[in-house]
Amino acid sequence: MHVPVTITVNGQRYEHQVEPRLLLVHFLREVIGATGTKIGCDTSQCGACTVLLDGVSMKSCTALAVQADGYEVTTIEGLANGSELHPIQDAFWEKHGLQCGFCTPGMILASVELLRTTPDPTDEQIRHGLEGNICRCTGYQNIVRAIRHAAGTMAGQR
Amino acid sequence: MSTRIFGSGIRRREDPRLITGTATYTDDLTLPRMVHAAMLRSPHAHARITSIDTSNAAAAAGVVAVYTHADTVGALQPTPCAWLLPDSDLKVATYHGLAKDVVRYVGDLVAVLVAEDRYAAEDALELIEVDYEPLPAVIDPEQAAKDGAPQLHDEIPRNQAFHWTVAGGDIDAAFEQAEVVVSDRIIQQRLIPNAMETRAALASYTTATGELTLWNTTQNPHIVRFLMSGVCGLGEDKIRVVAPEVGGGFGSKLAVYPADFVTVFCSMRLGRPVKWTETRSENYQATTHGRDHVQQVELAAKKDGTITGLRCTVYAGMGAYLSTAAPGIPTILHGLMLSGPYTLPAVKEDVYGTYTNGTPVDAYRGAGRPEATFMLERMMDLLAAELEMDPVDVRKKNLIPKFDDGHEVITTLSYDSGDYPAALDKVLAHADYAGLRATQAKGPINGTYLGLGLANYVEMCGLGPSQVAGAIGFQGGLWESAIVRFHPSGKVHVFIGASPHGQGEETTFAQIVSSELGVDPNDVKVFHGDTDMTPMGWGTYGSRTTAVGGAALALTARKIRDKAKVIAAHLLEAAVEDMDYEDGKFFVKGAPDQHKTITDIALMANVAWNMPEGVEAGLEASTFYDPPNFTFPFGTHLAVVEVEAETGVVTLTRYIALDDCGPQINPVIVEGQVHGGVVQGIGQALWEEAVYDEGGQLVTGSMLDYALPRADMLPDIEVLSTVTPSPHHPIGVKGVGEAGTIGSTVAVYNAVIDALRPLGVTSIRMPLTPERVWQAIQQAKG
Repeated sequence: MHVPVTITVNGQRYEHQVEPRLLLVHFLREVIGATGTKIGCDTSQCGACTVLLDGVSMKSCTALAVQADGYEVTTIEGLANGSELHPIQDAFWEKHGLQCGFCTPGMILASVELLRTTPDPTDEQIRHGLEGNICRCTGYQNIVRAIRHAAGTMAGQR
Repeated sequence: MSTRIFGSGIRRREDPRLITGTATYTDDLTLPRMVHAAMLRSPHAHARITSIDTSNAAAAAGVVAVYTHADTVGALQPTPCAWLLPDSDLKVATYHGLAKDVVRYVGDLVAVLVAEDRYAAEDALELIEVDYEPLPAVIDPEQAAKDGAPQLHDEIPRNQAFHWTVAGGDIDAAFEQAEVVVSDRIIQQRLIPNAMETRAALASYTTATGELTLWNTTQNPHIVRFLMSGVCGLGEDKIRVVAPEVGGGFGSKLAVYPADFVTVFCSMRLGRPVKWTETRSENYQATTHGRDHVQQVELAAKKDGTITGLRCTVYAGMGAYLSTAAPGIPTILHGLMLSGPYTLPAVKEDVYGTYTNGTPVDAYRGAGRPEATFMLERMMDLLAAELEMDPVDVRKKNLIPKFDDGHEVITTLSYDSGDYPAALDKVLAHADYAGLRATQAKGPINGTYLGLGLANYVEMCGLGPSQVAGAIGFQGGLWESAIVRFHPSGKVHVFIGASPHGQGEETTFAQIVSSELGVDPNDVKVFHGDTDMTPMGWGTYGSRTTAVGGAALALTARKIRDKAKVIAAHLLEAAVEDMDYEDGKFFVKGAPDQHKTITDIALMANVAWNMPEGVEAGLEASTFYDPPNFTFPFGTHLAVVEVEAETGVVTLTRYIALDDCGPQINPVIVEGQVHGGVVQGIGQALWEEAVYDEGGQLVTGSMLDYALPRADMLPDIEVLSTVTPSPHHPIGVKGVGEAGTIGSTVAVYNAVIDALRPLGVTSIRMPLTPERVWQAIQQAKG
């Protein structure tokens, strides 16, 4: 049995017939081919699959595609404005906030949420805000630096 | 340019694709006609397979094929072990791609199912009916070696995979004449590496040509190609292995795996591309684990703190089969490091590798060296406590003095260069060690105890001379290769045999070319991880990519410079011996204004309109660099903890890491490597453990149950460095990938025990969870 869904991803509207059990992350990666969103675990621990649903972060492995019906999803592919990086993307680059890059899409989108709700976070708030996202390469320190740096950039832009 | 680029923390060249979601990892690939494989794995730690019925599964919707061992006979050879340790009575158990008759760990492969999509494959997998007759299982590596323990392999008595020894000096005399002896029993618990990308394979076999391409999450595609040619019966000329973007490895993507060969087998049978991607739970069961030592250690010393001998017995769990590099990890990379940074007159170690009903164990960041450093640094603290000396003083008594060009230790290694006392002193000064001790001496505050933990370490990395590789049974070479190719416009392509997967060599290698030849690092593109495109190389592990591959690249760049100088001399109508070079410019000595740049030369060499006689067209060179020795980075780490006696909660308040990896090509990348390494080591000390129950079930079978370090559990790491170049390396670098991990586990452990000394606690089994710490405090109270 398949059901129709209409999901807007990074501004592009997609209409597909999907199995009701299809996870949103599989919709993104396998149905529409947006593979920037990663899968790092099967228990919603790692946060690699974090996306924005109508601007609010969520782990796309914990939602069904049918639950996203009618919503707007933002993935890592949709964050930059053309060739102009989002300040958080640029900050991860500038502060060496990534190594293998696999957790990075989820980490960056979780950071978008963090700075949306806490525009001028302390290091402690940043570390607390990232507890749902696992990185095995960086030890988190440069991710914290990156988010602090991005917070400054974004404050300057407001 | 040279001085500015070498040593500059420029932004990474690889990052734009990674921060925009445009990088391509194995599971991101889709090919026309591609089908999906799912693996049926044993739910038992040890059992006999009495029957398998695949008929219902094969008939299910969307299923393309189901295969068991019987289907692979003649087509798939067993998965090889590639480190055949000599003089150790090594016994390699047969490791079938799909299990034959008996399964030996939870996760052992029983069948593979291929379907049109992944959901269909997982659905149908449940329809394969397997009857098992459970057999007794053993997980503990020491118990496995005992009489009466369950036997894994009929042909291998007492589950003994090998017995390896290292000995030097007169160890019996050292202990007979010892004025003081300290000892400990140390459990290096099993760890799960947890690269954020699970393993995956996409195999595409073309029946008409007999050619295969395998995209694979590997640290060493050329080794995969070499071993796979034997396992799958394909010529190396017919195989292309691609390591696309690889999401971390930490040793766990070093091995070759049955599931990858089985995926290849499926593609060869079906003539279609077959993709298989591990789930995380599957990764925990089937991708190699690390550590798993039971160590009995004793140290002989004089009353003034001078150490005289180290004697140890280690049981190293290998899991159910010997993984690719497994036998070399607890032996060569462990036992040969037992002198550490100290003068040790006598040593004896017996290492028993034992088969257990656990997931196979292989390299995990540090691979043998953290386990050696732990033993030695633990002994140092116990000796200090026994003699009522400060841990610093005991260490200073025994540190090898500064040396610049070679120092032989009792395990027969010849360290390249080191200044261990300087590293220790710098850390002590930075941390205000004396001040911290003074604070500690005031006693606990509200039941919270302050502890300081030191670790000095030296590691062998930059593996290594190939002649040594042969002598120690490594079934491959350990050199690396590089090709540098200048295009007519002066832009550069670099091809390397090593296969970085997050370490940033696309950047640091561009910096090497830039500093040697004066080109902009942004004009240097580094290719790696594709056996059809890059020269042969042995892979990225053992902190060797920059230490060995970087040397190959620097020497290649110098060959380019030599040729360019000849061409420049011709164009300037001068003699080659009168030419000088500086920052990308070739000129007649004393006349730098009249010069040719490397870009000028690249154009001329490529169009070849006016070349010196006898000089070939093109500006390209290659090097196969076989290092004359290992490199020996070193450092000192200091952990500061607070332990709450009432709850057993450990808080790491400061962590200072000094790592000397020689000259730093990109200090920002070096610091990042140290951060990550330190945190993995802290994870072992405080949180991480792969736990099996008595029946051999993996209790920590998902990320819900295995405690990985998270951002809010850690302080900022204070990173320091000293710079001691390797005398035998073209640019002096030593390697830094594993350094952080090697020092940090024991530094944190020592700090916790130091904190609890007033309460009489001398030993706690890792990880140091609040419950274990609290129990240890209660036991010490009596």
